[in-house]
Amino acid sequence: MDFAFTEEQAELKRQARAWLSERYPLDRDWDAPQDDRWSELAELGWLGVSVSEDEGGVGLGFLEEAILLEELGYALYPGPYLATVGFALAALGPADRAAVAAGTTKWSAEVNGLTPWLGSVDKVVDMDGNAQPAQGEELVSVDPSRPLGRLERSNGTPLPGPRDIPRARAAMAAEAVGIAQRVLELGIEHASTRVQFGKPIGVYQAVSHQLANTYADVELARSLAYWAAWCVAEDDEQAPVAAAAAKAFAAEAAVAACERSIQVHGGTGFTWEHPLHRFYKRALWLEGLGSRPAELRLEVADAVLGVSVPV
Amino acid sequence: MELRDTPDEAAFRAELRAWLDANLPEERRGGRGGAQRFDDAFGREWSRMLYDAGYAGLTWPKEFGGAGAPYSFQAIFYEEMARAHAPGHVGVIGLGMAGPTIMAHGSDEQKQAHLSKILSAEEIWCQGFSEPDAGSDLAAARTRAERRGDTYVVNGQKVWSSFAHIADFCILVTQSDPDAPRYRNLTYLIVDMHAPGVEVRPLRQITGEAEFNEIFFNDVEVPVSNRLGEEGEGWQVAMTTLLHERGTLGFALTAALESGVNRLLDVAREKVNGDSGIRERVAAEWIELQALRYTNYRSLGAYQRTGIPGPEGSAIKLRWSEQNQRMTKLGRELLGAEGILDDGWWHHQQLRSRGNTIEAGTSEVLRNIVAERVLGLPKGR
Repeated sequence: MDFAFTEEQAELKRQARAWLSERYPLDRDWDAPQDDRWSELAELGWLGVSVSEDEGGVGLGFLEEAILLEELGYALYPGPYLATVGFALAALGPADRAAVAAGTTKWSAEVNGLTPWLGSVDKVVDMDGNAQPAQGEELVSVDPSRPLGRLERSNGTPLPGPRDIPRARAAMAAEAVGIAQRVLELGIEHASTRVQFGKPIGVYQAVSHQLANTYADVELARSLAYWAAWCVAEDDEQAPVAAAAAKAFAAEAAVAACERSIQVHGGTGFTWEHPLHRFYKRALWLEGLGSRPAELRLEVADAVLGVSVPV
Repeated sequence: MELRDTPDEAAFRAELRAWLDANLPEERRGGRGGAQRFDDAFGREWSRMLYDAGYAGLTWPKEFGGAGAPYSFQAIFYEEMARAHAPGHVGVIGLGMAGPTIMAHGSDEQKQAHLSKILSAEEIWCQGFSEPDAGSDLAAARTRAERRGDTYVVNGQKVWSSFAHIADFCILVTQSDPDAPRYRNLTYLIVDMHAPGVEVRPLRQITGEAEFNEIFFNDVEVPVSNRLGEEGEGWQVAMTTLLHERGTLGFALTAALESGVNRLLDVAREKVNGDSGIRERVAAEWIELQALRYTNYRSLGAYQRTGIPGPEGSAIKLRWSEQNQRMTKLGRELLGAEGILDDGWWHHQQLRSRGNTIEAGTSEVLRNIVAERVLGLPKGR
């Protein structure tokens, strides 16, 4: 057993961090339309990470995609990477996969009746595993950078692959870890520099222990997210339970991390100007999309206790 | 990244499992831990069996009588021991703390004298760190070691020392120079627990039994050759001890927790199968256990490469202790009206768990350590 990234994977993580932080800094103009730099992602190979080289991809796997998803969460990247790669890709056939890798088609998937990015993707995997044109009613989302919609179905085209729910959940868990990590760092920075009563507020245990709690949450969430990613990548039989556990834990950890960071920031954390609320809204979006944590824990209960017998 | 056993690891696991099946009597399984670990004469016999089979000191270098195995084998050892509900080796302080400290700082004579006897459980060790007025604040230790020629004369009191009443030796942190600045005032000694002037008093605890002791030192003469490291460098030596305590401690803790969570699942299946609120809470404990397990694996990855446990390991003891408290309380709750009976297991575990957030670093101190050393927040002291 060796639960650590390879040198190549660690390098991918570093590169993603550097590339994203340059293009998506925290002091970006949040009110301007956000460029998703889709063709650049295709050039970087990020859209075809798990697509075979024959189909124009990189021929790696879901672990590398999870690494990118964590970094995309960390950077609060605006585009539909999660939907295309995390939700839809596993269902697609060779030609569609090649088009994803080339950056020519953006996909989403219907998740419990809601379709993320409905207005900005090309196609959607519906609940029955058919391809649909992306059309329907657009809705206002808790996270304005992550629009939602209600798909209007037409005669769909059956897709060859599965609606891979563990993969989608593991993808959301990875993003949630990135968000939690970032708001922890913001909290540390603020607590180290904000001075009250003559001292940086991070010396006060009422403040520092909040951040220590977040640290423990983030590390445990990360362990579950990587475990789930490994299970998905290896098609391990534990993938469903690992992904349910990881999504429930990581989404809640991210929401709690944001809430603690807002508290540590004091009034600043409550302002529109500070980006914390954007991380918070994305964490809430991830927590709520698909099955909520309580439902996921009941799935885990079915797996570890046996299916419930109603009394 | 590979979460499956390598062929070597799988072979080791299979061999250990078969050995446990063949050698651990059924009636010796599933003990409740606590004072049973050392009050039962089987403890030493079992430790000797583990030693003879080559399972003591798995990660110790071969030159010191260990197996020279990678840390992952130690992790597998804890997992399989927990799976078999096997009692542990009684020499845990020697194996996990005193031995590694002697290897790092000891003289050849000290290595020669103690290491093989620690492995074979011929020598049982205890730890003399905490004092009535120096719990979390180790540098404030007041147990005095006064140099007189070739001996130190030791006077003072230690507390919360498990195994002291059966121990042959103690790793003792003493104050050797009250005028020296903090962290340069301590000297680390190996003390013979059978020496004149050493008195051990069992400390009865919340469960009613005595797992811990107070140790009183009254003009105890300790040869200077029993010093570990230099005079005044006891702090650095003590940090080695604590680093090793934290190295694979997480696996031992998580393995024990896994036995408990498995019992919880059994109780839940039997008592409350249809209650979705309870099912969700039980699942949450299973999830937290997996989170701890895989955090251990990540920390181990760093330990294998660098010899220092990864920083994420500092979260493990904190979360483990809180989970053990929550989990054992939930076990009591699931037993319903019978939850207030002393059933010999849940009752003991639930009360015992209250010590988990205090022993081996209180949760408050652990949060300070995370804040200052891991997160780099400004120091409050």
